[in-house]
Amino acid sequence: MKYWIISLVTACFVSFQQDNDLAASMERGKEIYEDFCIACHQADGKGLPGAFPPLANSDYLLNKREASIRAVKYGQQGEIVVNDVTYNAIMTPLYLADDEVADVMNYILHSWENKGGEMVTLEEVEKVKEVEEAKE
Amino acid sequence: MKLLARGTSLFLLMVGWLTSSCQQNGVFSTTQLDLQTETISTEFKNPWSFAILPDGRMLVTEKEGELFILENGVKSEPVAGLPEIFVRGQGGLMDLELHPSYDENGWIYISYGSSSDGREGNTTVMRAKLEGNTLTDQEVIFKAEPDSRRGQHWGGRMEFDKEGYLYISVGDRGARDENPQSLENHSGKIHRVHDDGSVPSDNPFVNVDRAVASIYSYGHRNPQGMALNPTTGEIWTHEHGPRGGDELNVIRAGNNYGWPVITYGINYNGTEITPLTDKEGMQQPVTYWVPSIAPCGMTFITGDIYPEWEGSIILGSLKYQYLHRCEMLGNKVIMQEKVLDGFGRMRTVRQGPDGYLYCSIEGKGIFKIIPVRS
Repeated sequence: MKYWIISLVTACFVSFQQDNDLAASMERGKEIYEDFCIACHQADGKGLPGAFPPLANSDYLLNKREASIRAVKYGQQGEIVVNDVTYNAIMTPLYLADDEVADVMNYILHSWENKGGEMVTLEEVEKVKEVEEAKE
Repeated sequence: MKLLARGTSLFLLMVGWLTSSCQQNGVFSTTQLDLQTETISTEFKNPWSFAILPDGRMLVTEKEGELFILENGVKSEPVAGLPEIFVRGQGGLMDLELHPSYDENGWIYISYGSSSDGREGNTTVMRAKLEGNTLTDQEVIFKAEPDSRRGQHWGGRMEFDKEGYLYISVGDRGARDENPQSLENHSGKIHRVHDDGSVPSDNPFVNVDRAVASIYSYGHRNPQGMALNPTTGEIWTHEHGPRGGDELNVIRAGNNYGWPVITYGINYNGTEITPLTDKEGMQQPVTYWVPSIAPCGMTFITGDIYPEWEGSIILGSLKYQYLHRCEMLGNKVIMQEKVLDGFGRMRTVRQGPDGYLYCSIEGKGIFKIIPVRS
């Protein structure tokens, strides 16, 4: 019983800590977003119909986490389909540091009612290479 | 009859506004000209700018920090001898400009982001000469201060006027409340220098205490287009507004263009930046765009290839991926239309020594624009 309580408290604490980390990362990410992203993807994350895809409620962002990190880290070119609309523009590389990529990913994954799952970590960003590695 | 003529021209004007050029079988139609594009090269990722040498070779900047020579469509190895380039956000290797007496002295002007600590940077200009595939005689002639970690608004355009002064645009570096209205830093300004970077003694603020002496005009946000008006000899620029409020301006000594005290734009989140669109002592633009078109690159049309467009301004739209034509009557825009609608994110547009228009496009390459005449 005693151990059970301790582990519950620990679990709560860990989860609380993670929420705090996420909130802090999102706060830093918001600054990056307003500096690098907002001109195209807009403050409401809805993008611009016909030109720039939405991030808010975007099936691409929410389902293709690695591809999304890759786009922020290295830029994005060629056709992509977002919420059944095909976009074929280019997002040139932003030259963010990996920790900045993680922060801005956390911001867009958890803003505008997006439910973006686990927090993106620096390690996760570091693992993403420019060209998708062949899956074995 | 006079009335009818006026009615007709009004009608044409409206047609001009409303018809976007349409493309069929590779031919783009506009109100007065049908156009085709010829591919010069598709081997570029983000060709921010280019310059056409008198012998027809092209110098092309890749924003990520490489310079190439393009000869008969063949891309060289990267040109050696570039400075260390700080690439971040909208900054990197940017514009190229040839000295008006390039034939005699060989000077090439290069604008780029530079940083002293690898974290923060600002817009810088070097001049150098090209020998083979190498830059030589490099001299840094201009460095905007202070450096900033922000990714946006580097400006970076250059142009010479008829008297040989070099104009350089520097954006507000994302610090609109600190930079554009202060004469004590370089950001949010158009600068005027001699070809070696020294400051002309008659620049407007040379005698103002603590003012940066190279400043020629201030109150700018992010000018990414600059061109000499061949008729008047004046320097024209355009600049990105925030959400709405992109502007076309005639640059004159000492003028304040008002950012962010006056603007036709609003914040990206929809809130107001300022209630003012005009104020005494601040210049009104020649025209402005709401919504924004995100202008980049600019030239005035002259010569024999596009006589229907003589005197027009052509500029790129990054946002809507076309060239934008402003038909001018003196300093007034009398008609606007889209050219090459949907063709790509236009970075630079220039007329070459052969009189043809060339444009560089993000993710696509470099193209020549040719009228189709039957």
